[in-house]
Amino acid sequence: MGLLTFKSGIHPAYRKNSTEATAICAAKIPKKVVIPLQQHIGAPNKPLVKKGDIVKTGQKIAGSDAFVSSPVHASISGKVKAIASTLHPSGQLITSVTIESDEKDEFFESNPGKREYTDLSSDEIRGIAKDAGIVGLGGAAFPTHVKLSPPKEKKIDAVILNGAECEPYLTADHRLMLEQPEKVVYGLKAVMKSLNVSKGYIGIENNKKDAISAILNMAGKNGADIEVHGLQVKYPQGAEKMLIKAILNREVPAGGLPMDVGVVVQNVGTTVALADSIRDHKPVIERVVTVSGTGVKEPKNLMVRIGTLFSNVIEECGGLNEGARKVIMGGPLMGLAQPSLEIPVVKGTSGIVVLTENEIKAEKARTCIGCGSCVDVCPMFLLPTRIANFSKYDLTEKAEQFGVMDCIECGCCTYVCPSKISLVQWIRYGKGNILEKRKKIKS
Amino acid sequence: MTDIKLVISSSPHIRNDESIPKIMFVVLAALLPAAFLSIYLFGIKAILLMATCIIVCMATEYVFQKCRDKEITLSDGSAALAGLLLAMTLPPSFPLLGAALGSVVAIGLGKHIFGGLGFNIFNPALIGRAFLQAAFPVMITTWDDPFAWRSPAVVDAVSSATPLAKMKFDQEFVPAQDLIIGFTGGSLGETSALALLIGVVFLLYRGYIQWRIPASILISSLLFGGIFWLMDSTQYPEPFFHWFAGGMVLGAFYMATDMVTCPITPKGYWIFGCGIGIITVIIRLFGGLPEGVMYAILFMNAFTPIINKYTRPKILGEVKK
Repeated sequence: MGLLTFKSGIHPAYRKNSTEATAICAAKIPKKVVIPLQQHIGAPNKPLVKKGDIVKTGQKIAGSDAFVSSPVHASISGKVKAIASTLHPSGQLITSVTIESDEKDEFFESNPGKREYTDLSSDEIRGIAKDAGIVGLGGAAFPTHVKLSPPKEKKIDAVILNGAECEPYLTADHRLMLEQPEKVVYGLKAVMKSLNVSKGYIGIENNKKDAISAILNMAGKNGADIEVHGLQVKYPQGAEKMLIKAILNREVPAGGLPMDVGVVVQNVGTTVALADSIRDHKPVIERVVTVSGTGVKEPKNLMVRIGTLFSNVIEECGGLNEGARKVIMGGPLMGLAQPSLEIPVVKGTSGIVVLTENEIKAEKARTCIGCGSCVDVCPMFLLPTRIANFSKYDLTEKAEQFGVMDCIECGCCTYVCPSKISLVQWIRYGKGNILEKRKKIKS
Repeated sequence: MTDIKLVISSSPHIRNDESIPKIMFVVLAALLPAAFLSIYLFGIKAILLMATCIIVCMATEYVFQKCRDKEITLSDGSAALAGLLLAMTLPPSFPLLGAALGSVVAIGLGKHIFGGLGFNIFNPALIGRAFLQAAFPVMITTWDDPFAWRSPAVVDAVSSATPLAKMKFDQEFVPAQDLIIGFTGGSLGETSALALLIGVVFLLYRGYIQWRIPASILISSLLFGGIFWLMDSTQYPEPFFHWFAGGMVLGAFYMATDMVTCPITPKGYWIFGCGIGIITVIIRLFGGLPEGVMYAILFMNAFTPIINKYTRPKILGEVKK
């Protein structure tokens, strides 16, 4: 089987061996959870509970009437202690519900009847995805039911399941594919049914050969048209646009979405959640989190309740090592550095990676010597050094002209820069200025 | 556990271990075989010449940065590299005072007038060499016979014509295989292609030089030189002659690939290299000078910004307007 890939990209040290062979185990139910009311991209939710209320596991505690939104559910049973602004992993202050556990973990009874996707209509599957609060669990947290509702003029002919997991350290998707391949494929089939698409693809990086064969075994069953593809091990293989280019050789137009080329991409974790919500009426109350990095004593893959604080999760992994200095939500290339450990796990938390002092030594940036390394590795074929410079000097028009808005912020350019220039940071700064300008023009 | 001071910064949080000093020192190391060979061929003269250029280049950088109240960046190795490259382009018995002057020009005029490393338009070493060519046209074309230093009977500076001068003025062609091994008259780094190529293999393996640039220089000079050879093989040398004569190997692999002064786009590398190859052949065959690599590179350096401007790669998914 030939391995598919895209052009450019980098080969960082993957460092997955500390967790790739560790089975997912359920984390202890925490005494307290802090559940941010917004864990998706879209309209904000309103709380449906008030301080002092008793809630059960799986009970909806916040929602919105807006289409692009996703409800939030209680992840443990207990008493609502507070509804207040707290720090979200994104760095924003978000209204969150604090629940104190009654240690019973009683489930909220809704409709216990068994369901199968084959008996459901497209609309029903979308409705279930929305009610269960399913969002892109790869990290982007875009509401899944919105992805499943493309505008009529967009003809979707392919669903791609993203099992690339190209970020170093992370093995959560790897373990899911290995341990629950049936659910992964079931969820994919449900997605295909709801989009009325007959062709499914699953892309998995070739450093997960066991997952490829597990999925391959499952995908062939019951005559579904699902192709499983091994992908070259290269970062950012799991970026949507790179994945589509690798598997279907289609290019998502600049500023466009996958649906513009007839594709919907879902993460493997998302389809598992969808399978659970269809068959077991289970909303998103927990997810697999890879806890890894040299700063963690016992790296693990944990099934963690949403709202569990990072400090609890790390404690369960034996605590931090001497010299731990940086806590990242997600992978080390695109993840977000956290200011404290009192931050909750959200639906988009694919991993908690802790790096130590000598790994994060900030070398002083030198001047650009025009070596072109950033150009060599940019998977979008941009000129990172140019757009970063335009951004730095507020030449927003120039930056736009050179495609700054097409940057996917994968970090390859910064990773390879021998002058240690924080290219992506300047590019983000430039993008922010442009977005602000656009907003002003609109209003 | 919570009293740890956490570092926050923008992603990515990991970087590879490449750095500018590392690149510069590796390129310096790659030049060592050629440097040792030149010492073997030309003795103490070669050592003094290289030492002078390197020391004066570094001193000039220090003085410029000190005067401009800038951070001293001698440790990045770029000034030392420019010095060694300059020395490589000089004939073994070139006066040391002249070499020192050339070094001052290389670093001062070639680099720091523009704002230092990363901002210069032209290759500093070649600026130094071009200055010396203009200021001391006779001395810079006075060559030693290799090994002359070993026979005390021979007086200093026995001049011998370089293969290019032989071609130019006597219509006499030195066979390409002699040029590959070396031991022909010429500048320190011009005599043996083989010694230089040992370093090149290493640099290519490390990815420190853009293979497209030397590839396009070699291909274009071969094809373009070949046209003339096919037209008249008595007047023009065989095409492979261009590869191994004069400063071609040094220029194509070490000078044209200077990161600061070459383009950054994939198409740009090809255009840049082809320009150098063609201009070199034109100067060698029809110009007033026997050697043309230096001017060809400097000439194309000037085009680097415009090449970058017109060869911007098509962004993934970009729609032609």
